[in-house]
Amino acid sequence: MQTSSSTPSKNTQLFAGLWLLATLAVLAVGYRQAIFVAPAEATMGDVFRIFFYHVPNASLALVPPYINLLGSIGYLYWRGKNPDRAAKSDALAIAAAEITLMLTTIGLVTGMLWARPIWGIWWTFDERLTTYLLLWLLYVSYILLRRLSSSGQAYTLAAVVSIFAAVDVPITFMSIRWWRTQHPGPVLTSGKVDHSMLPAVFWNLAGWAMFSLLTLSFRYLLERRRQRIAVAQAEAFLTDDPAVFAPAAGVPLRGY
Amino acid sequence: MTYLGHLLAHLRKDLRLEWRARDSVNGMLFFALLVVVVFALAFDPTAYPTIARQISGGLLWVGLLFASMTALNQSWSRELRNGVLDAHRLAAAPASAFFAGKALANFLFVTAVEVVLAPVFAVLYNLHPLGRTSVLLVILPLGTWALVGNGTFFAALSLRTRNRELLLPLVLLPISAPALLAMIQATTAVLTGESEPGLWINLLIAYDIVFTTLCVLLFDFVLRED
Amino acid sequence: MLPLAAPFATANAAVTLDRVSRVYGSFAALRNVSLTLPEGASVVVLGENGAGKSTLLRMLAGLLTPSYGAVLLFGAPPREQLHRLAYMSHAPMLYDELTGAENLRYFAGLQASPASLTVEEALSRVGLDPALPRRVGEYSQGMRQRASLARVLLQQPDLLLLDEPFSNLDVSSARHMVELLGEYTTIANAEGRPRTLLLTTHQAELARPLAQTTITLEAGRLKPAAA
Repeated sequence: MQTSSSTPSKNTQLFAGLWLLATLAVLAVGYRQAIFVAPAEATMGDVFRIFFYHVPNASLALVPPYINLLGSIGYLYWRGKNPDRAAKSDALAIAAAEITLMLTTIGLVTGMLWARPIWGIWWTFDERLTTYLLLWLLYVSYILLRRLSSSGQAYTLAAVVSIFAAVDVPITFMSIRWWRTQHPGPVLTSGKVDHSMLPAVFWNLAGWAMFSLLTLSFRYLLERRRQRIAVAQAEAFLTDDPAVFAPAAGVPLRGY
Repeated sequence: MTYLGHLLAHLRKDLRLEWRARDSVNGMLFFALLVVVVFALAFDPTAYPTIARQISGGLLWVGLLFASMTALNQSWSRELRNGVLDAHRLAAAPASAFFAGKALANFLFVTAVEVVLAPVFAVLYNLHPLGRTSVLLVILPLGTWALVGNGTFFAALSLRTRNRELLLPLVLLPISAPALLAMIQATTAVLTGESEPGLWINLLIAYDIVFTTLCVLLFDFVLRED
Repeated sequence: MLPLAAPFATANAAVTLDRVSRVYGSFAALRNVSLTLPEGASVVVLGENGAGKSTLLRMLAGLLTPSYGAVLLFGAPPREQLHRLAYMSHAPMLYDELTGAENLRYFAGLQASPASLTVEEALSRVGLDPALPRRVGEYSQGMRQRASLARVLLQQPDLLLLDEPFSNLDVSSARHMVELLGEYTTIANAEGRPRTLLLTTHQAELARPLAQTTITLEAGRLKPAAA
């Protein structure tokens, strides 16, 4: 049952293409600012430049968990009332969870690359590294849960876990902060950053934010398409029935 | 029947089942003992009393965590046997009372294990706490509830998934991380006497309140999902 | 569409299924099943293993949600009618470690409606001794089946859903159960409305006295031939 909406419209494709070009342009400017324009840091030298990638990704990683939470609450709220909205909310939730994983992974890897020359070790259980590791683990377990549960219940169970995870994030932040502090304090808000470095930070922040938004939308549309294909397959399978089949308007549609 | 009445009926049923089968508590106790002994083999606690004080808080909780995980799965597989869970899904009684009754029962089972385990642990590890030992009477129940409350919930959640034995620790451990940290830090503070456990006890209280509320609110979704 | 729908069209419907399907991947346990059963109907669902009988019953009980279509019991979704229905699956739905009476007392407490029967009444009605100290785990198959029936009767539901109630019984106990159920459907409920019974079986002969209406399922489809 092919619906016209199964491929994005021309306008959407054009917009996505332009957005991708703009993202690449901003990231290119960010790269130039970070590597060539910003001065070397007084004590750390050129190693410091990895911060222009580490800080934006690690900061942005704190946003998608809340998109995931909103999607999950939306799913639980609409699942009995409005199946279409429920399916959209769920697609948003899984997309946001995977973006969280992407950003925390970049944050962790860049953090480790920086720690090796500066601290002399790849890993230490300091405040932020531990927090991000736990954040990463939380969303890995969310995605694993979706893989391990059967299709009918995966969405509800995952939505419930997502709510737990989102509540857990701030508590984890506070507890790890009390536990130990070895990490350099917040770089952006402490006001200690030299003004000559700010352009590099902001260009990269903007670039990675645009990139995250693009991948999020892309993943969302991909999940929507997967849902539509599953529904179409089920419907095609049911319509080969000799008995008349016509899904009535407003009849709940589940188990996609 | 009132909500409390339902809760007590569930609790009484779970206690009676355990009393007649006696598989959870015995299994847990033996498991926790084994963990304690294996850790003692890995390093000699009696030779290094200072190190023993510093790490035995962590060992005790890790042992209890793994031990309770076996019981948590068991407490729900009882409901799966004979399809009894279907009867609960059809019951008009509130689902959260069912959860709370089982969580309380599990709490009592783990507490029973702690009561036996704690003296054995102190003897085997030759522990002489330097802080106020009575504070442990607050830390142990708070920490146990943090483990068992969420644990009961997530065991129910992983009940009807493939690989449910694997899924429980996968979901439970990351979410329990702050609570684990708090209970281990608080216990270590009491054992070493080097710091005050107050902050960690407050964190545990907050954690217990927040997550118990979430469990009670969301259990209906987990139970009635097909 | 079905001969069933027409004669009862004016009566209040106990069960309404509107183009209900349940799909698992590329397998449909139920396909486009539409059905209306009036209050007071006594229905036997026939079909081979895997024809969708259990799926149909679980769906009526609200344990399964349809992939497509809608299920209504007395005009509302099953989950809003929990107090009016009772469901017995082929598993006994009782705790092995408790005695029959302990089990029933516990389940009586779970229902919001005050049970119209006492535990003792329910047990003796199915021919079990309420004072029997044996645990359900030590019961024979037939005794479990009867204890399970006692559990659903306890609640005196308006809609009784039984999945293979005779499967583990010898012929005489099965006859006794058929009699009991036949009697049950003739007793009106507290509001004076007739009670509805739906049971699945592959022993069509045994269930004949209860089969006011017969439905046959075949590979998830309703076979449009009434008995």
